[in-house]
Amino acid sequence: MSVTTLPPLALARRQPSLLVRLFDTKPFLIVMCLAPAIGLLAVFLTYPLGLGIWLAFTDTTIGRRGVFVGFENFQYLLTDPLWWNAVFYSVIYTAIATFGKFALGFWLALLLNNHFPFKSLLRAIILLPWIVPTVLSALAFWWIYDPQFSIISYLLVDVLHWRSSNVDFLGSPWPARFSLIAANIWRGIPFVAISLLAGLQTISPSLYEAAMLDGASAWQRFRYITFPMMMPILAIVMTFSIIFTFTDFQLVYAITRGGPVNSTHLLATLAFQRGIAGGELGEGAAIAVSMIPFLVFATLFSYFGLARRKWQQGESND
Amino acid sequence: MRNDITRRDALALGLSAAAIAATGAPANAQSAIKAADIAAPKLPIEKGATLRMLRPVRFVQADEDVFRANAAKFTKETGVEVKVDFVGWEDINQQTAVTSNSGAGPDIIIGFSDAPHIYIDKLVELTDVADYLGKRYGGWLNLAKAYGRKSKSDSWIGLPFGATAGPLIYRKSVLKSVGFDKAPDDPAGFLDLCRKLQKAGKPAGFALGNAVGDGNGFADWMMWSHNSSLLDEDGNVTINSKETIAALNYVKELYPTFIAGTPSWNDVSNNRAYSSQEIGLTANGVSLYFSLKNDPALAAIAEDSEHQLLPKFFAPISPMSGLTLNAMVFKHSPYPNAAKAFLLFMLEKDQYEPWLNANSGYWSQPLAAYADSAVWKGDPKVAIFKDTMTSTYYAGYKGPISTATGAVRADYVTVQMFAAVATGASTPEAAAAETEQRCKRYFRRQR
Repeated sequence: MSVTTLPPLALARRQPSLLVRLFDTKPFLIVMCLAPAIGLLAVFLTYPLGLGIWLAFTDTTIGRRGVFVGFENFQYLLTDPLWWNAVFYSVIYTAIATFGKFALGFWLALLLNNHFPFKSLLRAIILLPWIVPTVLSALAFWWIYDPQFSIISYLLVDVLHWRSSNVDFLGSPWPARFSLIAANIWRGIPFVAISLLAGLQTISPSLYEAAMLDGASAWQRFRYITFPMMMPILAIVMTFSIIFTFTDFQLVYAITRGGPVNSTHLLATLAFQRGIAGGELGEGAAIAVSMIPFLVFATLFSYFGLARRKWQQGESND
Repeated sequence: MRNDITRRDALALGLSAAAIAATGAPANAQSAIKAADIAAPKLPIEKGATLRMLRPVRFVQADEDVFRANAAKFTKETGVEVKVDFVGWEDINQQTAVTSNSGAGPDIIIGFSDAPHIYIDKLVELTDVADYLGKRYGGWLNLAKAYGRKSKSDSWIGLPFGATAGPLIYRKSVLKSVGFDKAPDDPAGFLDLCRKLQKAGKPAGFALGNAVGDGNGFADWMMWSHNSSLLDEDGNVTINSKETIAALNYVKELYPTFIAGTPSWNDVSNNRAYSSQEIGLTANGVSLYFSLKNDPALAAIAEDSEHQLLPKFFAPISPMSGLTLNAMVFKHSPYPNAAKAFLLFMLEKDQYEPWLNANSGYWSQPLAAYADSAVWKGDPKVAIFKDTMTSTYYAGYKGPISTATGAVRADYVTVQMFAAVATGASTPEAAAAETEQRCKRYFRRQR
């Protein structure tokens, strides 16, 4: 029996059909599995990015096809005080807001990491500023900062009588800049806090127990256990946070539209203002493209500055 | 689908007929409009023509009702179906750009002021219709000519439907309390008024922030009242002039008398500050007055308010322009005659007069004869808007209107010049020079 049936079976096993063999080839499988992802990336990421970069080298306006002008847009931007102004504020905005978000967010994460009643409910509430659409919270801040109807002015002037005139939050450059940074920090804290909280919960309690046995103080436990162990996740969250902050648009556009006198333009709002409102698509695209070097630098900085070190896996540093 | 539309249209027609009855503006009331007997241009309507049009959304419901009723009347008389879509003010420019670039979409768009000059190559000339209407109704007014005709030519590319301006609005009682019956027409007197208003705790407030309407309105007023202009007649940038410097110096003196925070004002800020009685003097369109008048809690403020043409200072007339509704017919339309016939029909007195009256003063007429419309005989505080379109000032004055004149406004270039000087961020000379640079950049392809 076995003698009569074995040969065909063995033959079948040795010579599978062409289709089966095709699907067994590794290179083919790789191409097939990657194709959808690459297709999506090409259509929704590479094409718009490529188009944006191409536009930056043309003098296209709304309603008129442009011609290639080389670096003309960028040369103009270098002589444009408003662009320098936007670069200056974008950097300041990102630096101060990121620092604020991390200082307060880390602190909040440490607090939330304790045991207390209604823990999950509170953690959910903390996320609210992040969940609310930015434009809505921007509108709320717009009212809070209103020159005539601000609730802060109302409290200080009419309730507490600490001041005799309304606070002019958005009427002059520096107060307007810091008002926007404050709004951005408020909005960004939950993201940082919840991400860092997730990181905190991965730290093994045995490390703290060992430290306590050695007599480490609370500060020492934070400095020598929590902080180093959090480094990798800090690096990732900080990279994201810097990118989100540097490219922020909605908050500034909804509250000040870049005013007063252009002092609060970020590169993103300036790009929109020039490109869409002013109709100079090429120049707007050039402003947007000019953000790329800053973003690459920020990403590299947090990656190399804060990335995983060997000692975190129990090896010594180089 | 087809049934749905007809049913909805029929419903709309019924509603608008009711609305007309309610507002007491029947189409054939005894009209005071004089119309000369002129032969209408021959516009044989294409077979099977249908039209689609876009226009900005209404101020008042009656505007939309009467407009739709008029369009339905056109359909009844000619058999041409007209589908009218009302579009948000912020979106109309983008939709016009897309329509123009893609060569598809609506046959007619009513856009704003300078739109026909931007899409000039894509538009059907409307000279025959405009000439006929001009002769029939006492001539086109200045602002209509500025926005309707190609610059330095007699050919028409847009048909203006009306304009709305932003004159001064002030509290009579407040001005009286500081010794003024009206705002003075000379710069020193006006400055004096603002100083006294500030002392009285009811300061003036004019937008110096990125506000498309109010910010540009104030900047234009200050420039034109000092005889400074963005361009000369040939389109050369002339903003960096001693007149501009004088205007900037004046605003530098005027600004400290304003309520705090005007550099951050947008288009609604002065409405709110005026309605809450924080300020006694500002400049705004008629919408502010109506919002006060129609709110029982604020009607007393409306009662105490008065409009006045912007003080002219050194200019020959009050330098006040107006945002203009400007109709265009696109070349891609398969039915250009039907489109022209429709616009002509809408501007004839049987249709236009009821529509003008329905707008209760928000829009003022582009044709001289319509000055006799009933709407201007009602509320005397609204009558000031009657002559809006007689103004010789327009956005981009006194150069040819172009894409760049619109872009300079949309990018707040002159607003920021004034704000920079007012807040002390730059000197008048530096601000004027920087503005010249920015303008030259925008106008580099226009010459």
